[in-house]
Amino acid sequence: MKLVKTHYNRRSFLKVSTATGGGMLIGFSWLTRCTPPIKEGLAIPDEWFDINGYIKIGNTGMVTIFSPNPEIGQNVMTSMPMIVAEELDVPWEHVVVEQGALDEDAFKNPQFAGGSLSIKLGWDALRMAGATGRRMLLEAAAKEWNVAISDLSAKDGTITELNGDRSIGYGEIASKAVGLEVPEEVPLKEPKDYKLIGTFQKNVEGSKIVTGKPLFGLDFKREGMALAMIEHPPAFGMKVKDFNESEIKEMEGIEDAFIIDTTIEDPAWSDVNAFPQLIAIIGKSTWRLMKAKKALKVNWETVSELENSEMHTERLKWDLHKGEVGESRKDGDPDEAFAKAAKVIERSYTSPFMAHNTMEPMNFFANVTEDKAELIGPTQTPKAMEESVSKLLGIPVENITVDMTRIGGGFGRRLYVNFGVEAAAISKKLGRPVKLIYSREDDMTQGTYRPTYLSTYKAGLDEDNNLIAFSAKGVGLPEGSVFPNRFPAGAVENYTAEKIKSRTNISTGAWRAPRSHFTAGAEQSFLDEVAEAAGKDPIDFRLELFDRAKNNPVGEKYDYDAERYAGVLKLVKEKAGWGEDRPGIHRGVAAYFCHHSYVAQVFDMVMADGKPKVKKVWCAVDCGIVINYEGAINIIQGGVIDGIGHAMYSELKFENGSSVHKNFTTYQLIRHHQAPEEIEVFFVENDITPTGLGEPGLPPAVGALANALYKATGKRYYHQPFSTANQELINIEMG
Amino acid sequence: MFHPISKNMSVFNLTINGESKQVDVAPDTPMLWVLRDELDLVGTKYGCGVAMCGACTIHLDGNAVRSCQLPVSAVAGKPITTIEGLSENADHPVQKAWLEIDVPQCGYCQAGQIMNAVALLNENPNPSDEEIKNAMTGNICRCGTYIRIKQAIKKVAANS
Repeated sequence: MKLVKTHYNRRSFLKVSTATGGGMLIGFSWLTRCTPPIKEGLAIPDEWFDINGYIKIGNTGMVTIFSPNPEIGQNVMTSMPMIVAEELDVPWEHVVVEQGALDEDAFKNPQFAGGSLSIKLGWDALRMAGATGRRMLLEAAAKEWNVAISDLSAKDGTITELNGDRSIGYGEIASKAVGLEVPEEVPLKEPKDYKLIGTFQKNVEGSKIVTGKPLFGLDFKREGMALAMIEHPPAFGMKVKDFNESEIKEMEGIEDAFIIDTTIEDPAWSDVNAFPQLIAIIGKSTWRLMKAKKALKVNWETVSELENSEMHTERLKWDLHKGEVGESRKDGDPDEAFAKAAKVIERSYTSPFMAHNTMEPMNFFANVTEDKAELIGPTQTPKAMEESVSKLLGIPVENITVDMTRIGGGFGRRLYVNFGVEAAAISKKLGRPVKLIYSREDDMTQGTYRPTYLSTYKAGLDEDNNLIAFSAKGVGLPEGSVFPNRFPAGAVENYTAEKIKSRTNISTGAWRAPRSHFTAGAEQSFLDEVAEAAGKDPIDFRLELFDRAKNNPVGEKYDYDAERYAGVLKLVKEKAGWGEDRPGIHRGVAAYFCHHSYVAQVFDMVMADGKPKVKKVWCAVDCGIVINYEGAINIIQGGVIDGIGHAMYSELKFENGSSVHKNFTTYQLIRHHQAPEEIEVFFVENDITPTGLGEPGLPPAVGALANALYKATGKRYYHQPFSTANQELINIEMG
Repeated sequence: MFHPISKNMSVFNLTINGESKQVDVAPDTPMLWVLRDELDLVGTKYGCGVAMCGACTIHLDGNAVRSCQLPVSAVAGKPITTIEGLSENADHPVQKAWLEIDVPQCGYCQAGQIMNAVALLNENPNPSDEEIKNAMTGNICRCGTYIRIKQAIKKVAANS
């Protein structure tokens, strides 16, 4: 039996108190890892003790779990409470999940949603909280009946005497558990005993979503609040000088217009913002504000280079050779190995800038008074927003609150906080509560883009078609997309990888599966080509490499578990019936490991009306224990579709420092008719600590798509977007 | 020369979800913003403002329309249904199918998807895959829930 600690140095990770209306309230920190840090003398971080999650066991037996986590569509509002309910051992039908209510002190210090980390980080704390509740209810019943805990069982919301007739519902005993000492350690269930974890459960907010309830930031309203829109410079490299302020202010429905400056001294990573000076227009109705934006006459000044896409392509090519190398790795003697190789294959891959395009455009509510700031809206990083607002306005962090609404898509965009900071700056200047809304054009043209990339891969095969040398070199604006210690590091005797820096004044940031989405596409289509040159089946070729990494690894370390990596390939091979002849079906395969989970995919492509079309996708996933199959399958399917869409159709081009694409009229996102007909998802069953799924489903889709396209069309796809980009091998030699 | 826009407000009588409403707005105000800003019916979502994403889909006289491109002055007394008017308790067959198939991820686009699907099914209770694709292709979902949307529509069709 696994025991988990609820205390450290007599300080408890939990607080138990009487619930309003009767029953028991267990407060706990969703950030607690339960296990003290391995390094001696390292203090436990304070946030391990910040109470920010609550379980209420009401006297009717209804269990309410208050979730403080940002819900951006990754379905943690369902899966995380499932973990609590499993250990507490209550029927899921008795559980109600609520978003930590806004404006309540109890729900400060909310979590972070990014890097597919929510489940991985919450796993210990959630189990500990549920298990402690169960244990304390057992203790209360044992005391009540004057029997030993070992004489009792607690399951499905009821405590039963093992050799007797008595039984009592959790609700009836809950208030008696309050006041008992919190046990120092509590037992956790064995995975084989799970009843709720590993089932299919529906999204707990489903009814609210399908009935159009006001869940999102854009829906938030407070009596007396003004609406605001912004106008940012039309190009990266430009700055606002002045505008027709008095004319705008005289417009119908416009209350005010002014320039704000949100320049933050000592910016944090989350303060990416190309346009700290903005025009803000204030009014009562969004339509009036949109009209006022159209009536703006602004003097912009050019303060740095106005870049364009041709310039970007040249810069990438130049810096691939001349740019500063950041992270790198070298095993063996790649130069010598390439020189003696029987075959050398070298290919280059590119991908353009991309926007996030969350369906809910950026927005935030702010109410700033003399010494306090209250912010409410969709953010993946409330803590970072508090700190940035504090720096800008000189208000102490403890006087700033950031509360979260449901989030209409994140994909990394809402890790950055400029829209919240802007709302705060506007509210401060206005002296009133305000909700800032970006138009779609504002949202698409202001940056934090997925960088543009160029990577060159090179492989050397010996006379027996063994991979003896491998090189990956990548540059990007502003940074390359190469992970030196990822596969095939560890599997090739002579190996080199270099991540190269470049520069741009276009602001960039994390985008769903940062860098992995491009790397997976490039590397996995390159390996497909190498396998073909070696005359090997692409899956067998990869499995050979994993064998090498597992049995006789090259170099000191690599960042993956070769067995689990091979495992998903073997599973997808079996499920898809890889190798069978299927007339009219053209197949491509890819596998990738990122964000702690392994995913392999086989794409079945058909030619319809002379055009390639993905018909079916087979996915094999290893994310450790699957909490909620329904949500897990949904998000993997979404990741595949998102991956196909962006690789096929999406790009952001620049002219004179300005994004050419300003709305969905020219920026193409995948649509219904372009999605595969079916995506079947299979999971490797194991008892490994669960890891997230928000990101890992996307990256292999790009590679499997490119490989299936090759089989269907006879043409290799090197450049995204595959639907429009010229697929000729680009000349990366310097002129 | 820049001329300030003159005062330009008018009263409009609307029938929304079976209720009579009166609003005093500029005649060119799109229904999207009348619903969201004036009537607090925020289930209808803003996504692009140019009829390219479908998040703002409502029914005008039973037909799916993009409310971001429908000026209030063009409504002309025709009845409007929004997501809030589809059912009291999420029990419209299309909403039920959406819940059974567990369609939403972030959920932002789903009101528009549902309103579009309801209009499709009212007109064609048993659409083919091809007809579903054609009818739904104006509604974008960045989370990529398209397969489940199709499944949900087919489920309603199968039950009808």
